[in-house]
Amino acid sequence: MREINFVDALNEALHEEMERDEKVICLGEDIELAYVFGVTKGLKDKFGGDRVRDTPISELGIVGAAVGAAMAGYRPMVEIMFMDFIMLAMDPLVNQAAKLRYMLGGQLSIPMVVRTPGGGGVQYGPTHSQVLEAWFMQVPGLKVACPSDPADGKGLLKAAIRDDNPVFFCEHKMLYKMKGPVPDGDHIVPFGQAAVKREGSDITLIGVGYQVHNCLRAAEELAKEGISAEVVDPRTVAPLDTATLAESVRKTNRCVVVEEGHLRSGVGAEISSAIQEEAFDYLDAPIGRVAALNAPIPFDPDLEDFVLPNSGNVVEAAKKALGVPV
Amino acid sequence: MARNAKSLSRKRLHEMYRTMLRIRRFEERTDELFMAGQIKGAVHVSIGQEACSVGVCSTLNQDDAILTTHRGHGHSIAKGTRLPEMMAELLGRSTGLCKARGGSMHIADVSMGHYGAHSIVGANMPMAAGMGLAYQLEKKKQVAVVFFGDGASNQGSFHESMNMCAIWKLPVIFFCENNQYAVSFGVERSTAVQDISVRAQGYDAPGVTVDGMDVTAVYEATAEAVARARKGDGPSLIEAKTYRFFGHSRGDPQFGPYRTEAEVQKWRKRDPLIVAEKLLKMTKAEKEAHEAAIKKEMDDANRFAEESPKASLESALEDVYA
Repeated sequence: MREINFVDALNEALHEEMERDEKVICLGEDIELAYVFGVTKGLKDKFGGDRVRDTPISELGIVGAAVGAAMAGYRPMVEIMFMDFIMLAMDPLVNQAAKLRYMLGGQLSIPMVVRTPGGGGVQYGPTHSQVLEAWFMQVPGLKVACPSDPADGKGLLKAAIRDDNPVFFCEHKMLYKMKGPVPDGDHIVPFGQAAVKREGSDITLIGVGYQVHNCLRAAEELAKEGISAEVVDPRTVAPLDTATLAESVRKTNRCVVVEEGHLRSGVGAEISSAIQEEAFDYLDAPIGRVAALNAPIPFDPDLEDFVLPNSGNVVEAAKKALGVPV
Repeated sequence: MARNAKSLSRKRLHEMYRTMLRIRRFEERTDELFMAGQIKGAVHVSIGQEACSVGVCSTLNQDDAILTTHRGHGHSIAKGTRLPEMMAELLGRSTGLCKARGGSMHIADVSMGHYGAHSIVGANMPMAAGMGLAYQLEKKKQVAVVFFGDGASNQGSFHESMNMCAIWKLPVIFFCENNQYAVSFGVERSTAVQDISVRAQGYDAPGVTVDGMDVTAVYEATAEAVARARKGDGPSLIEAKTYRFFGHSRGDPQFGPYRTEAEVQKWRKRDPLIVAEKLLKMTKAEKEAHEAAIKKEMDDANRFAEESPKASLESALEDVYA
């Protein structure tokens, strides 16, 4: 299978979906030249300035306008340049997009996607490094995708654009340059289907978004010591495929959940709760959790590395769950 | 006033009067039902501001859009929202426009071009811009009108939306009902300009201030803005000076803590119904005919609502997809 990077995979999804459906439009800051991360490159040349347009720096206005365009029958894709900026647009996303279909008694639906890069590792400091999926998965009416590789990025983005309801689409900056196999043709990944990214039998490592890669690295390390770790990626946290996660735990009897957001009320808290409900009798040890330390994400590379989770933290948590000396 | 009235036929003015009366009587009815404990939650009546609702919506086609506010009964009715289903919504019935999930602050009737009351102050303006963008892309001649108050003109959403509509020449009319108070906070204290319409200058758009108690003045100004929008010349800002005769919501007295009885009485002399009656030189018989027709509509709406079943508990979980 051909290998392309995450940016190109997302870019392909946008090209294909805009080609397929003329109601798909793109709004965002500096998207015409794809000036920041490049995901929207070539779209304006191909589809024109009506359908692909730069907006003023008005996050509230842009996301609100996307809600309005969706109400009037379009399928807007909004790019928010950094995930942290979505806080300026919480009202249109959480109070409007997520609730309108329900609040108006089903009179209309809001097919829109907010794509946005989050995460640390690039020394952008506290207000350009956050991952916020834990916030949004709490909102009835929002779907939340956290792809971890190019194939899932493309497949989930295509599914998101075709969805009749609002999707918050989390892209991790560390994934953008990462290459991986992507199937040709109309590759769709349905929401709510977790994927086993590496099979194993001794412990389940559940990673969210980019943290899938720390889980895979940890699994490599553990293999050297004869420990077989299974890595499972929920791919979307709303809806969350707890059945597949629990099935893995029933096989391995041990589990560590890894996320880049903060521990308190994190995605891992929800996943751990679901696993103890669905597979309590199969657990041989408390569920371990790995997350960012309780501080904003600092700029300095050494400090940032210290606060963010890494594969060493995952190995450590896995050994603790296995009762193996660290 | 005479100048404004020229473009409206007497018949049309009577229709507009009747719609204003429909709003007045509907809101009086909701107020009674609220006081009787039959309508729960929050109800914000727009009594005193009917000329704004009717003056604006009389310029629109069914497929034009409005987006309104927590104080949106008047706009809803003026846009043609079905009264029985609206009353059913207020009373929590399964037949309500929003299946009893939205209530007074979230009335919508999309079939009539009413895209919702949006109760977060200022939230509706970016949505109106987006609807305008859709209409422009479709190359249809539809327009979107967004109603908001003096308070909302201080939200960032107002400025972000005006700017987007102006740079892209979107067919959106920003209609500000300056009713003098954002809850208890007077406009002269909340707002840096005397006439909110001047804020249009910052976006190179036309801005006018009109008498919001005169339905013909509102109609004329809106008709001009709508024509401009349909031609592709972009947004306009209209400020109507108006007044809510009641408190902010039930529980807020008509006068006392933040405004005087004399002030309320001064505005009540320019009640939009009285202004229109004078303009029409309405006879007693004509007025009684309007009242009788409206009473029947109200009774029918009430009966429909009361005979409808309450929304089922299971229905509270429908239309949720994630």
